[in-house]
Amino acid sequence: MKSFWRGLASFLIGAVAGYALGVILEFVITGKLTYGAPVASAFAFFFGFTALAYLGGRNSTIFRGLFWQVVGTFSGAAVMTLLRWILPMVNPAKFGAMDLFGPFLFTEPAWVLGGFVGALTFLAGSGVMDDWFKWMRGIDTPEHHEERFTGFEKYINASLDHKVIGIQYTILALLLLCIGGIFAMIFRTELVASKLQFLTEDLNVFGQNGPQLYNTLMSLHGMVMIVSILLGLAGMMNYLIPLMLGAQDMAFPRLNAFSFWIAVPAGALLLSSLFLGGFDTGWTGYPPLSTRSPLGIQMFFLGVFVAGWSSILGSLNILVTVVRMRAKGMAAMKMPVFIWSSVAASIISLTATQLIGLAFQLVLFQRLLGMGFYDPAKGGNPVLFQHLFWFYSHPVVYVFVLPGLGVISELLPVFVRKPLFGYRWVSMSSLGIALVGFLVWAHHMFSSGMNEYLRVPFMYSTLLVAVPTGVKFFSWVATIWQGKPITPTAMLFVLGAIVVFLLGGLTGPPNATVSTDLHLHDTYYIVGHFHDTIFGGFVFPFFAALYYWFPKATGRRMNETLGKIHFWLMTPSFFVLTVGMMYAGMLGMRRRIVDYDPALGLDSTHLVLTISGYLIAISIAVFLWNFFYSIKHGEKAEGNVWNSRSPEWQVPSPMPTHNYDRPFEVVGEPYDYGLEGSKYVQFIEPAPNSAAGKH
Amino acid sequence: MRRHFVAAGILVLVIAILTYAVINFSGLATRMNPVAASAQATSIDALWHFEIIVISFLFGLITGPILYSLVVFRRRPGDMTDAVHIEGNSALEIAWTVIPLVFVMFLAYWGAYSLGETRRIGANPLIIKVQAQQFDWSFIYPEYNIVTNELHLPVDRQVVLQMESKDVIHSFWVPEFRIKQDVVPGRITEYRITPSLIGAYKVRCAELCGAHHAYMERPVIVNSQADYDAWIKEQVALAEEMQKSPEGVGQRLVAENGCLGCHTIDGSPKAAPTWLNLYGSNVTLADGTVVIADDAYLSRAILEPAADVVQSYQVLMQPYPFTDAQVASIIAYIKTLK
Repeated sequence: MKSFWRGLASFLIGAVAGYALGVILEFVITGKLTYGAPVASAFAFFFGFTALAYLGGRNSTIFRGLFWQVVGTFSGAAVMTLLRWILPMVNPAKFGAMDLFGPFLFTEPAWVLGGFVGALTFLAGSGVMDDWFKWMRGIDTPEHHEERFTGFEKYINASLDHKVIGIQYTILALLLLCIGGIFAMIFRTELVASKLQFLTEDLNVFGQNGPQLYNTLMSLHGMVMIVSILLGLAGMMNYLIPLMLGAQDMAFPRLNAFSFWIAVPAGALLLSSLFLGGFDTGWTGYPPLSTRSPLGIQMFFLGVFVAGWSSILGSLNILVTVVRMRAKGMAAMKMPVFIWSSVAASIISLTATQLIGLAFQLVLFQRLLGMGFYDPAKGGNPVLFQHLFWFYSHPVVYVFVLPGLGVISELLPVFVRKPLFGYRWVSMSSLGIALVGFLVWAHHMFSSGMNEYLRVPFMYSTLLVAVPTGVKFFSWVATIWQGKPITPTAMLFVLGAIVVFLLGGLTGPPNATVSTDLHLHDTYYIVGHFHDTIFGGFVFPFFAALYYWFPKATGRRMNETLGKIHFWLMTPSFFVLTVGMMYAGMLGMRRRIVDYDPALGLDSTHLVLTISGYLIAISIAVFLWNFFYSIKHGEKAEGNVWNSRSPEWQVPSPMPTHNYDRPFEVVGEPYDYGLEGSKYVQFIEPAPNSAAGKH
Repeated sequence: MRRHFVAAGILVLVIAILTYAVINFSGLATRMNPVAASAQATSIDALWHFEIIVISFLFGLITGPILYSLVVFRRRPGDMTDAVHIEGNSALEIAWTVIPLVFVMFLAYWGAYSLGETRRIGANPLIIKVQAQQFDWSFIYPEYNIVTNELHLPVDRQVVLQMESKDVIHSFWVPEFRIKQDVVPGRITEYRITPSLIGAYKVRCAELCGAHHAYMERPVIVNSQADYDAWIKEQVALAEEMQKSPEGVGQRLVAENGCLGCHTIDGSPKAAPTWLNLYGSNVTLADGTVVIADDAYLSRAILEPAADVVQSYQVLMQPYPFTDAQVASIIAYIKTLK
């Protein structure tokens, strides 16, 4: 904990010093005093991180990595600048004099190379790849590292333990959730009434005026939240899957650590776009707008590109772990249903993530090298981008929600004391959703100008998604029916998830049928609809999972009263927020606008939406307090607190470092609540003599 | 158990009817938007109304039994036993796979039919060219050689808008017409509509197109045939009149090229400097120097927007390939703005 605070303090000192230096430098060069100018913000950013890393804690992976990221970024940028300086001297005919310094000291090519090199130096410098480097030199490393750190230090340093990595993912996800949420609160405040409130034309923050800053924050809100969700899912899957399978760890522990740590420089790259001129394209980055955006768009592309590696490698690891490391007797149809949904989600991540990387990379090349992939003047096609982009970005919605739906299916039987109704149908419906999910991408493009006859087959395939999703809903209802439900906070969030996801699901068909979508597309109706699906499919189940498995990780439980305040504050506000958004959208409120026509008569609606947004923010603050306070001070809960059949609850909490000290064998069905004398797993006692020396 | 099914069934209906009633109260059940101003909106609104009925029913169908179970079957204090052991029911699972499958295929069929209705080709359509650019719309009536920033349409006659973008993707959306179509650079997209209700509406750009996307709106006015004819006559006369003077030619070029998407002629602030009282005034540039807005300066600002940037503005403008004569007419137009 101490090194964390030291790091934070040095970051702030460095940022202030860097900012001052930037202002002075700009004054010396231009003779003008400006605040919030790009040079000053860039200096603040880099001096902040340098100080953080160097003074703050060279000994912890995260700060060491960030330091090397800064060094790498500067080196890469310097190399590119040097090249661009030398080339015209070598061959003046081919390379005319180049503009070496842009508004951010380096030019765009320099920043792009710098950003990319920075991500690599983060990984090399932080020590995450040390074992691989040793193997390359022929040095053996122990199979399992013992933990060198305790307490909070454990989570800011590289570890190979899947439980530590799972918690690291979760904490980073919560951090990004807060950052993305703060962005949302800023622009929700701006939208409280028509006309510009504080994001005005004469504002200048990080070189952006009000409407430009609005676009940057709105775009970053989208992508930061998406990365946060991907990390949150990885957190749940990493923590739970080996425990549910009875494995000691993931199949590839070092790759697992790598997948997590690469998300850190990715997040830094993504957020750096705010300070480097921002970008105004929304999270979708459609060209030609993205080919004309400020430099920030390149950092955004790089950030997403690098975060994609985390997703691809993480899902590969999960698939291999599930295929290879199940306990004795755990046939495919005896796996917990959360594993099935994780498998379905991982198949999508493993095979579709490449497409968004590709789509963005082509814009990056178009900007840097003048290639014409999406430029009609050079024979390119801007609609091609949309196909490539949505080929990932639609299926990824199912990556977001499938593990969450798995959590719902996993927790419902525990809290209603009744088997999951139609286990096979529920588990197979996840694969059904994943499969159909690959065939629906063009429903985001009904008005895009693509071949208009293609709209009909995509409408059919889109509506088909309702079938496996319906199987889940009906099976949940049948599970609760005649059960004996109780409603602790975790169960409240499960129920909230079902209702909110239902709202998201039911508002989907009007977007699927083309003619009605032609009205709803790109309005607040869509904004309300997808916030419902993502909150119902991910955010609510994620909170349910945090309340439910918190005792497993810490040996303490979170406060129930605060948990209920969190739920009852968040759920109605969220309901009002999204239904209000849909209402506004139908009346003509477009997406992604900084200001709206007062003639629409939506001022009072927006006031209500903003108030709901604030209530949600307050509820999240209550949650965060509860979460961090309970780690040390929560009520002790070391046994099977929920009376679950799942293997992880059959051993005391918190979980020991190498998981189960005895292997277990699957002897029954996972959810046979109510069946007298049945068990899901049974621990195999070591034979008295033989195992003594080996274990 | 039969008693429970009947009671839960009643609850399902009550929730479904209440949901429908609330949506209907907000005015959004039978149609999507308060006014429907096109023939195409009729079939779209009919499909929407059906979907609202289905949504209300399904909302009740799922939440009803859950609510009922939470109240009636809730675990009583002190009860530590498990509930009844029911693993599933294949007949039920097949039923709730097949029935929704048939239903969504029906919905998709209706969707395709409704889409076909909106694309139905009418007799003798009026063809108008639409040009989109950051951050303005221009409308060109090729038959009459008119260029305006206000779209006038005759009621009850099909209109085909042939839309082109000069820069990034925009989207043509008049909420009262229901239909939306992106305007993509490098190709012509088509928007087919039959206005059915006389009134004043607005086209609102629905695809994020940059910093001032929010303000990319222009009036769309549906006139009676008589009013429309009168308007056309007036515009034709105006266009002829404009051709006679350089400032008139300039004004037309300004409308044609969407200049007023960023510049204003009434002194109000927008994405670019206003033209009101611009000619001959002192302009402070980004580097602090002050220049006089004379012919040479204005001509350079039009042909090379990035050369002299006005203080506190960013260069959003692309260079326009005007001839010297055209530049001179635009400057002549700017001179008149006092």
